[in-house]
Amino acid sequence: MKRIWLTCLTLAMMLGATKAQDNVYPAPAAKAPILIKGGTVHVGNGTVLENADVLVEKGKIVQVGANIQAPSGATVVAAAGKKVYPGLILPASTLGLQEISGVRGSNDFSEIGEINPSVRSIVAYNAESKIINTLRTNGILLAHVAPQGSFVGGQSSVVQLDAWTWEDAAYSMDMGMHIYMPSLLSRPTGRFAALFASMMPAPTDPTKQALDKLEALKQFFRDAKTYFAQTGKKETNLKLEAARPLFEKKQKLYLHANQVKQMLLAVDFAKEFGFDVVIIGGSESWQIAHLLKENNIGVILSQMHNLPTLDDDHIDQPYKTPAMLQKAGVLFCINDDDPQNRGRNMPFNAGTAAAYGLTKEEALTAITLSAAKLLGIDQKTGSIEVGKDANIVISQGDILDMRSSVITDAFIQGRKIEINDKHIQLFERYKHRFQVK
Amino acid sequence: MRRMLLHMAWLCSCLAATAQETFPVNGVADKRNNTIAFTGATVVKDAQTTLQNATLLVKDGKIIALGTQVAIPADAQVVDCKQKFIYPSLVDIYSDYGIAGPQRSQAAFDFRAPAQLTSNVKGAYGWNQALKSEVDAFKLFSSDEAKAKSLRDIGFGTVATHQRDGIVRGTGTVVTLQGGKENKAILKERATHHLSFNKGTSTQSYPSSLMGSIALLRQTYLDAAWYKSNPSAEGVNITLASFNQNQSLPQIFDVQDRGVDLWNVMRADRIGDEFGVQYILKATGKEYQRMKEVAGTKAPLIVTLNFPTAMDVEDPNDARLVSLADMKHWEMAPFNPAMIEKAGIPFCLTTSDLRDARSFWTNLRKAMEYGLSEKAALEALTKTPATLLGVYDQVGSLEVGKMANLLITNGPLFSEKTQILHNWVQGEKFVVRDDIWSSAAGTYALQIQHANGTSETLTLDVKSNSSATLVGKDTLNSRFTFDGKQVKIQFGPAARRRGPAMGGAQMPLPANAAKLSGYANDAQSWQGTGLDSNAQFFTWTAKLTKAADVASDSAQAKKTTPPTMGAVMYPFTAYGWEAAPAQQNFLIKNATVWTSEANAVLENTDVLVKSGKISAIGKNLNDAAATVVDGTGKYLTAGIIDEHSHIASASTNEGGQSVTSEVRMQDNLDPDDINIYRQLSGGVTTSHILHGSANTIGGQTQLIKLRWGGNDQDIMFKNWDPFIKFALGENVKRTSSTSGNNRFPDTRMGVEQVLVDAFTRAKEYEAAMKEADANNKKKGATPMVVRRDLELDALVEIMNQKRFITCHSYVQSEILATMRVAERFGFRINTFTHILEGYKVAKEMKEHGANASTFSDWWAYKVEVTDAIPYNATLMNKMGLNVAINSDDAEMARRLNQEAAKAVKYGGMSEVDAWKMVTINPAKMLHVDDRVGSIKVGKDADLVLWNTNPLSIYAMPEKTFVDGILYFDREKDKAMRSTIQAERKRLIQKMVGEKREGRPVSFPMPSYKYIHTCLDHGHKLGMLEIEAEEDHDHEHIESSNK
Repeated sequence: MKRIWLTCLTLAMMLGATKAQDNVYPAPAAKAPILIKGGTVHVGNGTVLENADVLVEKGKIVQVGANIQAPSGATVVAAAGKKVYPGLILPASTLGLQEISGVRGSNDFSEIGEINPSVRSIVAYNAESKIINTLRTNGILLAHVAPQGSFVGGQSSVVQLDAWTWEDAAYSMDMGMHIYMPSLLSRPTGRFAALFASMMPAPTDPTKQALDKLEALKQFFRDAKTYFAQTGKKETNLKLEAARPLFEKKQKLYLHANQVKQMLLAVDFAKEFGFDVVIIGGSESWQIAHLLKENNIGVILSQMHNLPTLDDDHIDQPYKTPAMLQKAGVLFCINDDDPQNRGRNMPFNAGTAAAYGLTKEEALTAITLSAAKLLGIDQKTGSIEVGKDANIVISQGDILDMRSSVITDAFIQGRKIEINDKHIQLFERYKHRFQVK
Repeated sequence: MRRMLLHMAWLCSCLAATAQETFPVNGVADKRNNTIAFTGATVVKDAQTTLQNATLLVKDGKIIALGTQVAIPADAQVVDCKQKFIYPSLVDIYSDYGIAGPQRSQAAFDFRAPAQLTSNVKGAYGWNQALKSEVDAFKLFSSDEAKAKSLRDIGFGTVATHQRDGIVRGTGTVVTLQGGKENKAILKERATHHLSFNKGTSTQSYPSSLMGSIALLRQTYLDAAWYKSNPSAEGVNITLASFNQNQSLPQIFDVQDRGVDLWNVMRADRIGDEFGVQYILKATGKEYQRMKEVAGTKAPLIVTLNFPTAMDVEDPNDARLVSLADMKHWEMAPFNPAMIEKAGIPFCLTTSDLRDARSFWTNLRKAMEYGLSEKAALEALTKTPATLLGVYDQVGSLEVGKMANLLITNGPLFSEKTQILHNWVQGEKFVVRDDIWSSAAGTYALQIQHANGTSETLTLDVKSNSSATLVGKDTLNSRFTFDGKQVKIQFGPAARRRGPAMGGAQMPLPANAAKLSGYANDAQSWQGTGLDSNAQFFTWTAKLTKAADVASDSAQAKKTTPPTMGAVMYPFTAYGWEAAPAQQNFLIKNATVWTSEANAVLENTDVLVKSGKISAIGKNLNDAAATVVDGTGKYLTAGIIDEHSHIASASTNEGGQSVTSEVRMQDNLDPDDINIYRQLSGGVTTSHILHGSANTIGGQTQLIKLRWGGNDQDIMFKNWDPFIKFALGENVKRTSSTSGNNRFPDTRMGVEQVLVDAFTRAKEYEAAMKEADANNKKKGATPMVVRRDLELDALVEIMNQKRFITCHSYVQSEILATMRVAERFGFRINTFTHILEGYKVAKEMKEHGANASTFSDWWAYKVEVTDAIPYNATLMNKMGLNVAINSDDAEMARRLNQEAAKAVKYGGMSEVDAWKMVTINPAKMLHVDDRVGSIKVGKDADLVLWNTNPLSIYAMPEKTFVDGILYFDREKDKAMRSTIQAERKRLIQKMVGEKREGRPVSFPMPSYKYIHTCLDHGHKLGMLEIEAEEDHDHEHIESSNK
């Protein structure tokens, strides 16, 4: 990860804190059942139900189908002519950990040190981040908040985006461990050195360096295993202790990797330790889609809105990568990790994938149900199915297309949340200044 | 005297060469006669003339006679050169031999490091540390015997050397490689004047970019001319004085220092053209990729012999990351010298890029195998460099009166088996190989005289200096070596197999083998001592009984078929054209046409394209001559115009100063950038290439059309109003500098002052210029000379509405402040670009008359964009501003249609208005709406055919036309992809083949891309992308991550 605006003056940070505030209140729990009526329900698993109703009680989806009768006292939300979707899930982000990337004081996403398995992102999650509401405005209701780092970054959590505090926000706590795979590519040193690469002596073999590093990590996990097996009195080792949920399958292992060699090595962690391995990034994953499928490794794909890796690559390569993974049967979801718009274009990245080979429903699955699976929360959310949390978005039109996506309503765990954000408020404020509609 | 052995008193020879009148002798004087006659040689005087069986007479280091009838003076020492060839020693025009010059890597302008705004050099020198015109290499020159020897051993006798440091590097000197006293080695003190793009060890911040280097050179030419008028305000300026003095010398421009960028050849030549100088260009090795443009410079070239080695691409994951361009360059680079010869360009060959001088002959012969002729090679190493250096009267050929710089070889110089035996420099002998001077081949009678008085005679049949057969009663198992002086022989019992040649596959000798050693005392007899198998001492002699027949030297080396040259692509990258698409007449039928004009949307409409223009719009059009494109169900729009782009340029930011209006993007366009093609695939046809935002007054911009395959002039948009980039806010006050900022300004208060100051100076400059003009027209008036200032020229143009501003801006305070400064100086800010808080001051902008070019939805990457909202474009549009959506990002530019569509979502802009934001609106703000930006009869045929509504996420361009040329076609793209795959496969196999055949291969280096951005925000970089200006920062982050 290239993080450019790491540093800035404290003064600037203070300025940031005094900028215009939005006033959006987290919603209280719904007292009455909610019936969403007459919309086109895109379930999230590929099915579309025309003119369907969704009944929500006590925060859960209790009925989905045609002509559902509203229970007495139910709030009825008219969705005729609209589209009803599962709440979208941002599958990997620094939401709430990073406010203004250029202001160091507002950044809490990367800790010092190589091996930080005990570090937990959730405790730094700022439920008041001004970014959060701008995501909801585009239909994103859940987010996976992951620490970054140089090697073992720490533990991540899934949050729901309507909360007063991080404890309120926690949707699935400490559900992932994050490893940033060392590069196996040689890289020129110095300005313009690549241009002289052929004139320079061979660099030290990056493959060997990376393998050594990964071996050290495997040793860490082996040590953890023996540490758990130790009986009697022992000194507490927080780092080893932090590996326990991985062995107990309460956590998935998220490996941030783009290079083929990195992804091939990721398999080691599934084979030797039996961890649930998920790749984050995966720009070259299309090259080994079948191997990923065979090894049951899922991919949280970096945004489609990227350039191809090499001049020689197909100009459409990042756009069509999802279709290639889909064809090979790989479980994948689509992310938006753009540093300039902070995740809110995720549905349009999925839309791009749909323009280049996925069906629209497959693209939707890639930002809902598949994301839920890769985050281990598919029992609770990711689709509009009975028994799941009522995380639901209603849009005037196709949510994957900016031309038609206008979110009118959204529900998180059955709570009707306010669709409003700092941007809307500033828009209103200056329309007021100029007295325009 | 068939096998004459030369013995010269080394010490004496050295003393003789260095004796100088002014130097006292410590001891007894020892001056000697030094007339030398080289007889019986094939003398190659130059590439045209060869004399057989000639005599060459040398006295006091000079050739005094040469011919076939030369009488040999009695006092001459004779060097028998029968069967030898004599050539002029080679000349390398581009060397740093004998000049110590620490080459530190150049630091880019770093957003975080403190700036050094003035020169650190003490003395009456010029303002910029990178200008070193006062440096004279002959004063720095110090002989370096080790380096001299390495060059002599490969045939060089003379080099031009200079200090490779700085943008202006001072004079070079021509020296011989005699390696001794400098006084005699220097042939010409000031021979050349050197220039480059690389500031070398200069620690001064300016220039920090290629275009900055170009601007500095242009300004220096102007300053030097002005300095001739002895301006009192300047006082003494040694740098400018020397620069003027050096103008009479040949000017050598090293284009290659900042990286192997072929366009630097043309960029350097254009500077020369502007100031009436024809440079000799130290070229890049990639000239074959754009031969037409290179030939167009008319510059003599200094050509590298450094060819890339094959990479080890056996691992498919390594192979995957090496680009077609890199592999193809590996295959084609050895053709470069031959192509340059074929183009009729005068050129020299140099050793200067070779990591190991010994690879010179290997690579030269490779270039010849690839088509370089012997004649051209010899001239490029003798006459051409000597002539360019103005020393052809002394070196570069063998003629009476010239220096005795000559090579003695045992065959034609360029034949594969030929060895250089001697390299005489200034009449002084330097032995390269003496061991093979004379071949010992022949039959000898070897007589062994044992201590006990017995003797035996064996027959020694010498094949070569390392191979002989020894025969007694039987053929013996033996070893033989002869190094020209010493002979060694060992032998054991008879070989069991018949006739094993010594030196070939041999049986091991027993430990008690007889051992003989001795010396050649003349060409026909050897004598020495030995130990027999019983360790008994004996003496021996060998006498030649029969000389070997002179084998007819196969001077004509085996004529292998030269490798065939593959196709050159334009540009030299994947998706480059072998044959560029031509302009055609097209009739696009039955499309939904979004015109970006008042008529907005025309259903089922035809558009006719003729001679690059839109010639008709209507229903049921017909033109038999036009290629019909079925537009049924498709959408036709004008090409997208990107108001803010940083593609297709070799550098983007000149951050060395706060005001750099003298730098120009046009000086460093890169037409080979793959992003041109990628953006065509996204429907972009025109891009405004901007300077970055590192400083308040940045550089002059360049509008281009995406004419993929064209050269750096072809892609320019012709006849447009020139623009310039300004910037405000955090970037220009260097907010992200960790070590603090010492470059004014550090606040928005200071930014305003930079503007006020610059325009105040410009106003006074303009007045002074006018005054001088008026005065100088008066008869008899004392001429007034005003220093021409490229920086202020651009600002004067702005004030006179001859140049227009696009101003990087974010917050409302700075937007207002900048408009007020402009108003004070009587001009307008044409465009505010980025302008993320434009919605807050839309009314004031409207009143001022500014256009707005913005991002759709970027925010929160720094403090000044925390109030950026995606409704910005909509609200500014509502307020009647002319609004465009720009990219500032090579990736996003591929889908500007989507970015425009976001205005439909955020604030409910109409689709027609949204589409205008990427077509006619930017055309208007760039003053080119008379030619592009809409579908209107008479306008340029810059068109995009989309599969669906272009504002939809599902839209993709199927065809993109620029000037009626179909530059992007989705079908054609598919075909190109399979060509690329096939070509990659072929080259990977060829590289693997090199390894299999045991040739050297290098470590596989992924083909990284240096990308140029405005440094405004964190561009998400791909696996193989490195942000050029911020390279150091990335490394810093990476290393701290390890």
